[in-house]
Amino acid sequence: MALSVEEVRRIAALARLQLEPGEEARLAGELSAILDYVRQLEELDVSGVEPMTHALAAESTPLRPDEVQASLPPEKALANAPSREGTCFKVPRIIE
Amino acid sequence: MSVPPLLSLSIAELGRKLEAREVSSEEVTRASLARVEATDGRLGAFLQVTPERALADARASDARRASGEARSPLDGVPLALKDILLTEGVETTAASLILGGFVPPYDAAVVERLRGAGAVLVGKLNMDEFAMGSSNENSAYRPCRNPYDLSRTPGGSSGGSAAAVASRQVFGALGTDTGGSIRQPAGFCGVVGVKPTYGRVSRYGVIAFASSLDQVGPLARTVPDAALLLRAIAGHDPRDMTSSARPVPDYLQGLEGGARGLTIGVPREWLALGADAGVLASVREALATYERLGARLVDVDLPHAKYGIAAYYLVAPAEASSNLARYDGVRFGLRVEGKGLRDMYGGTRDRGFGPEPKRRIMLGTYALSAGYYDAYYLRAQKVRTLVRGDFDRAFERCDLVAGPVSPTVAFALGEKVADPLQMYLADVYTIGVNLAALPGLSVPAGLDRASRLPVGLQLVGRPFDEATLLRAARALEREIGPLPPPEALA
Repeated sequence: MALSVEEVRRIAALARLQLEPGEEARLAGELSAILDYVRQLEELDVSGVEPMTHALAAESTPLRPDEVQASLPPEKALANAPSREGTCFKVPRIIE
Repeated sequence: MSVPPLLSLSIAELGRKLEAREVSSEEVTRASLARVEATDGRLGAFLQVTPERALADARASDARRASGEARSPLDGVPLALKDILLTEGVETTAASLILGGFVPPYDAAVVERLRGAGAVLVGKLNMDEFAMGSSNENSAYRPCRNPYDLSRTPGGSSGGSAAAVASRQVFGALGTDTGGSIRQPAGFCGVVGVKPTYGRVSRYGVIAFASSLDQVGPLARTVPDAALLLRAIAGHDPRDMTSSARPVPDYLQGLEGGARGLTIGVPREWLALGADAGVLASVREALATYERLGARLVDVDLPHAKYGIAAYYLVAPAEASSNLARYDGVRFGLRVEGKGLRDMYGGTRDRGFGPEPKRRIMLGTYALSAGYYDAYYLRAQKVRTLVRGDFDRAFERCDLVAGPVSPTVAFALGEKVADPLQMYLADVYTIGVNLAALPGLSVPAGLDRASRLPVGLQLVGRPFDEATLLRAARALEREIGPLPPPEALA
């Protein structure tokens, strides 16, 4: 199935990717080829088959007790921030 | 530079020499660092080497050995880590520009465990960006090469891990495996690689790619070494909600039990998936060896095996598109300033992500977008149930399943980069094991007759039965002996 450049633009906007015009056309071709390939799943009758929503369905993965624990101190959490102010991550203005 | 004999020892042999004080950790760590220095310009296995830290850790290990306080058989042994594992104070990039300069504030659980065992960590290893790839060519920083033939890829995504171990830069390494990323490079580079059962090893502090598939595992030159490393990193961790509480067996116990009495299932479908004649010949020879050793071979059916790649390329990109949403220029990593927030997001992600992560983010976003969820992601998750069902039925008749790791031996750099789908098909034998959440292992089955390149045999086991895989792999390893060491960097 062929994905149009307009559809690629719509998906890129959803994914917050700013693509170059050349990239859009290339991705339209590549994604179309991959979607054609995955289409073979339509051959299978999956009615009545449960989706594998958890890879360890039968396995014990115990919950930990709901107790207050130490977490990353603010200075460490902020150490990699591209921009910060006080103990906050600084982002561009979002309300004009 | 010829390889110093010290660096060709197994971890087990080195451990005995360290214990007997015939060699110090500082000495072997210096040898390892010198080997990296002399060879890595051509090989490209490392993204970062940390000599000062490594030597300080080696001296601390020697002090423990001197006072009889060695913490484990790994105490003082030089190892290295795929750059997807967080290391406190040491830059961790997942081979992506978007994480350039990121210095994690904490260690991954597996790094804590290796440090706790006294291991010396030499540096961070090359990989495909965010573990997306099968040739290491998607690294944003540098290509990595195959030590058996520098014109070929080491496989991927844990290509640096396999190349560093095969070339004797380090004694063992950790990688991650989402669709074959430990087993395939291990096969291409002639080393042992283990993808444990989903839930066996903690993913706390592992940069997430596809959360329902990712596992951490060891690469080593011998099966007992892989068993030692797996024993060190396996076990419950309350910080990973998918971590299993099952006790970890001692993988070294019973390792020498041989193949007698094992029933090995050979999937009819696997032989029809288009492996090269040379690969099939090596696999058949390995199976004949098992029969000679007293194992019984039975035919099994995995009728949904051929749908594995299609299901994977919906599930993994969908999860990746969600996991990679966190790279937005706000809390860590690259930021490209723009006009307002939206522009900053878009510019940061365009500049920061390479072509393969972008492709997968796009594919995953599409598959999860309104109106397509049922047709793509949900259907793929149902196919996963069918793939797992195939294995469950096979394991009613056999103890493990055996076949190729990859359809070919290591391919040439550049051979598949222009066609993403061809690259994806390189994982046709390994991907189903991740979809089914089972343990899988790659063990050298010898050298391909024509190319003289390593061929891997894949063994797949029941959930949490890594012990049987290791025992079977050890039986083959004892029989065929070690592979000739790679000569390209000798």
